[in-house]
Amino acid sequence: MAEFRLPKNSRITKGRHFAAASGVTNVRQIAVYRYDPVSGDNPRMDTYDVDMDSCGPMVLDALIKVKNEIDPTLTFRRSCREGICGSCAMNIDGGNTLACTRAIDDVKGSIKIYPLPHMPVVKDLVPDLTNFYAQYASIKPWLQTRTPPPPDRERLQSKDDQELINEPAACILCACCSTSCPSYWWNSDRYLGPAALLASYRWLVDSRDEATGERLDELEDPFRLYRCHTIMNCTQTCPKGLNPAQAIAETKKMLVERKF
Amino acid sequence: MSLRTPLNRVLGLGSAKDGTSHFWGQRVSGIALAVLGLWFACALATMPGFAYADALAFIGAPLNGVLLLLLSVTMAYHSYLGVQVVIEDYVHGHGLKLSALIVSRFAHSLLAVAAIYAILKIGLGA
Repeated sequence: MAEFRLPKNSRITKGRHFAAASGVTNVRQIAVYRYDPVSGDNPRMDTYDVDMDSCGPMVLDALIKVKNEIDPTLTFRRSCREGICGSCAMNIDGGNTLACTRAIDDVKGSIKIYPLPHMPVVKDLVPDLTNFYAQYASIKPWLQTRTPPPPDRERLQSKDDQELINEPAACILCACCSTSCPSYWWNSDRYLGPAALLASYRWLVDSRDEATGERLDELEDPFRLYRCHTIMNCTQTCPKGLNPAQAIAETKKMLVERKF
Repeated sequence: MSLRTPLNRVLGLGSAKDGTSHFWGQRVSGIALAVLGLWFACALATMPGFAYADALAFIGAPLNGVLLLLLSVTMAYHSYLGVQVVIEDYVHGHGLKLSALIVSRFAHSLLAVAAIYAILKIGLGA
């Protein structure tokens, strides 16, 4: 059945407080989910007072400052710090987003930071995305053709056709959308989730791809595709401003279209 | 502990090649319910009274009887499709899920047949 409470060993307890040094006046408090499955302890919320006079403007800046100067045991993923790698996806102030593009000033009060929801936690803010990546691989995210490529040039695409894939191809696979979706929470073992379905749509509308029918065959399933109930959390939370819900609706329309 | 690869787990038993009929049926029955529901609300609003005799006369009128039959069957069908989605979403034990789906199908069939029987009995005066 659906889970309405966290399992006993996942319930969050109160953690440690790291107070600001004396003399610091411009302080923001961040509360961070801490969990180490190896320790056997329950997760806890540690709070850190961060000196904003010596901190960058983004939530990721605050996390890096905490790790560098206050608590080196804090674990999180980060890389590009400019919203293109998707590594620092986490739940900030109640919504999934990228820590590197979320401004501290946009959050009121204490900044609460959790890992992406309903995923196994490797440590602290690092979720296990193994299943998520396998789902992406399952949609065969590459060009499939029967016509051989022209010998003297690349496969051509009109400007209009290229514009169809512009938006879905901008997905950075940060997993913010899939992990914000209640359908994905309850059925992530069988529902592909908005990110994989958006990626699939990117190939469905690619004018050069010749496997549209096979791709639709693979998606036509009560769980893989039709667990989407148009909740729209995916579109609301996407840090890149993409619209996975629309891509899924368009995929459903294609499946209806080929029946009649 | 299973040593199956993550991709193996995701691919599972493969695509059921099904689901579009359910999706389409839900939408079409939804449109039908919107039209029939509007008619039913208007019909109730213009009923002269709600006494037993008034209800018999209303259901006994041929057009009302036909539309009520359509409304009952469509409602049962649409409800069955919706309940199926809820069960598939939230009930994860395989045996329990199949049992719930079977019970739901029986219950909705019973409701639809009972409604058809009642309407026909009044309409045909049997």
